[in-house]
Amino acid sequence: MNTPPLLALRGIHKHFGPRPDWLERLGMHLGWLPPPARVQALDGVDVEIGAGEVLGLVGESGSGKSTLGRVAAGLLRPEHGRRLWRGAEIDATPVAAHGIQMVFQDPSASLNPRMRVGELIAEAPRTHGLITRAAQAEYVAGLLHQVGLDAGAAGRFAHQFSGGQRARIGIARALAVKPALLVCDEPVAALDVSVQAQVLNLFGELRGRLGLTYLFISHDLGVVRHLCDRVAILYLGRVVELAPADELFAAPAHPYTQALLADTPTLKAEKKHFVAIRGELPSPLAPPPGCHFHPRCPRAFARCREERPALREIAPGRHAACHLHEAAG
Amino acid sequence: MSTPAAQDLQTLLRVERLTTRFRTRGGDVTAVNELSFELAAGEILGLVGESGSGKSMTGYSLLDLVDPPGYIAGGSVRLRGRELRGLPAKDWQALRGDRIAMIFQDPMLTLNPVLRIDTQMVETVLAHRRLTRAEALHRAHAALVRVGIPAAGERLRSYPHQLSGGMRQRVAIAIALLNEPDLIIADEPTTALDVTIQAQILYEMQTLCREAGAGLIWITHDLSVVAGLADRVCVMYAGRIVEQGSTAQVLESPAHPYTRGLLDSTPAAALARGHRRGEALRPIPGAAPPLAALPAGCAFHPRCARADEQCLPPPPQAEPASGQRALCWHPLPPGAALSGPAASLEAP
Repeated sequence: MNTPPLLALRGIHKHFGPRPDWLERLGMHLGWLPPPARVQALDGVDVEIGAGEVLGLVGESGSGKSTLGRVAAGLLRPEHGRRLWRGAEIDATPVAAHGIQMVFQDPSASLNPRMRVGELIAEAPRTHGLITRAAQAEYVAGLLHQVGLDAGAAGRFAHQFSGGQRARIGIARALAVKPALLVCDEPVAALDVSVQAQVLNLFGELRGRLGLTYLFISHDLGVVRHLCDRVAILYLGRVVELAPADELFAAPAHPYTQALLADTPTLKAEKKHFVAIRGELPSPLAPPPGCHFHPRCPRAFARCREERPALREIAPGRHAACHLHEAAG
Repeated sequence: MSTPAAQDLQTLLRVERLTTRFRTRGGDVTAVNELSFELAAGEILGLVGESGSGKSMTGYSLLDLVDPPGYIAGGSVRLRGRELRGLPAKDWQALRGDRIAMIFQDPMLTLNPVLRIDTQMVETVLAHRRLTRAEALHRAHAALVRVGIPAAGERLRSYPHQLSGGMRQRVAIAIALLNEPDLIIADEPTTALDVTIQAQILYEMQTLCREAGAGLIWITHDLSVVAGLADRVCVMYAGRIVEQGSTAQVLESPAHPYTRGLLDSTPAAALARGHRRGEALRPIPGAAPPLAALPAGCAFHPRCARADEQCLPPPPQAEPASGQRALCWHPLPPGAALSGPAASLEAP
């Protein structure tokens, strides 16, 4: 346990809001104007990813899972909090710059339509000085082969490929700078079931072959359960549960996780009596006080409305942010 | 054996050999290919397929909403025994939104962004009913309450942009229910929603159909959604229904290798087979063929593990169990697995 985790995010806060102009700043300074409304996308998130691990990040839309992925990949700078790469501050560690790469959900939005696939893949390693122009063709061919495409793909454009093939190109591009950690933001959500399985298998193969670590963001619990070692459940910018995947799916500890699992449709051909949790995700502009989940929680009590529950270890390796577990812990 | 007319009374919707084609530079492309199915009143039918299978186009074809260069090339659609094909535009207008309603994946296709909810709902009622505005408003309020919208009176005065995605979809469903239609066609209405919201809407749709006795066609790519919702399932591939039967038949003992492959490729199926985490899934090899260049015979044969030279002529309709039909030369016996165990890909 003495080796530091590959990536540790500590106390991450990230909010979004309009940037006030000088007049508004003056108004606020003098107390004439209220502070601007801000979306608290991440509200004190702590997660660690060990080398070789697959950490799943699950949440509904607006939970902050994509924001956390972007903070982890360094695309967004958090207002507060520390990001540690193998125990050292990430901004002071030059290797971290391409040690983390991102695979996006929508390949048609993240692949430049006017560049040939070979250029798309070779751009980053050339910029970082990993390969020379002379070695480019061979390097790209090797990457394409690794993701199950033939070398001829390098000369074509992204729109000439099917959805599954484009997902593979996105993965090849991420792998081009030899990262240790891939942040995958819903990489299979746009794919058909039969193709999705091919790409999920590719993620499994690459992990085994290259020893990759994944931060795998998904709303699909089936996919997460299949691929991830540990799972973090996000609700309105906070981690409500963090546990090894097998244990989390066998016995979810947080009422929100329980509801999420109960609401996920299964392939069992029986008329399900849906016992949905009532209501919807509250606006992240004005999250409820105390535990964010309490207005929808069937087991909420007075304390949940006032006090934010801390993420506590309720069993070895299992964490939950819920007052119900504090008496037991 | 009852007469065809008597059968039609029990059957809400009878679709026979419905075919929709698109004119393209390379010749006509068949998007919906000789579809035949039936739907009883109060029944929920799941229409499942991957992208490009023709499932959405089937929905549009049933409502005669196919825009050029597409056209309905043949077949028959009967609602309570009445032939809908070839109806004049005026009759279609009277039917749509009244006897047949459609719910789209994106509720903003239904909702007008610059009109308040009450305006849109009253409009829908008054287009088909001779009622006063107050009566129509009362109906609108009741419909919003039925789909589980809290503070319905307040919501009536909102604009669509003031509502969340889940609320908008509920409003779209409420509009579809306004005139108590006989048939509702829902095209992936929960795909863009979160699972907790999806579960609420699935539950409500089920209850509403049962109460109102409306037939529901639920178009989706997600087999697990129809598993808990539908009475019967049709699986589409490359424009054809390749398998249909009761939900239990299709999901538990699929006869068509494509259905089997779809089921086997899901992580849930891997888990049910007792696979450990990280082990490889069993995808269907290859990708769905473009409609303009379908393989000869059975369109699935290039991806099928059971295919042989017999699959080159068009496949026959096999009937492995009562009420279950599969378009296949080599239908699977009940409970058969398609392939052997996949190799472990877990990191060493």
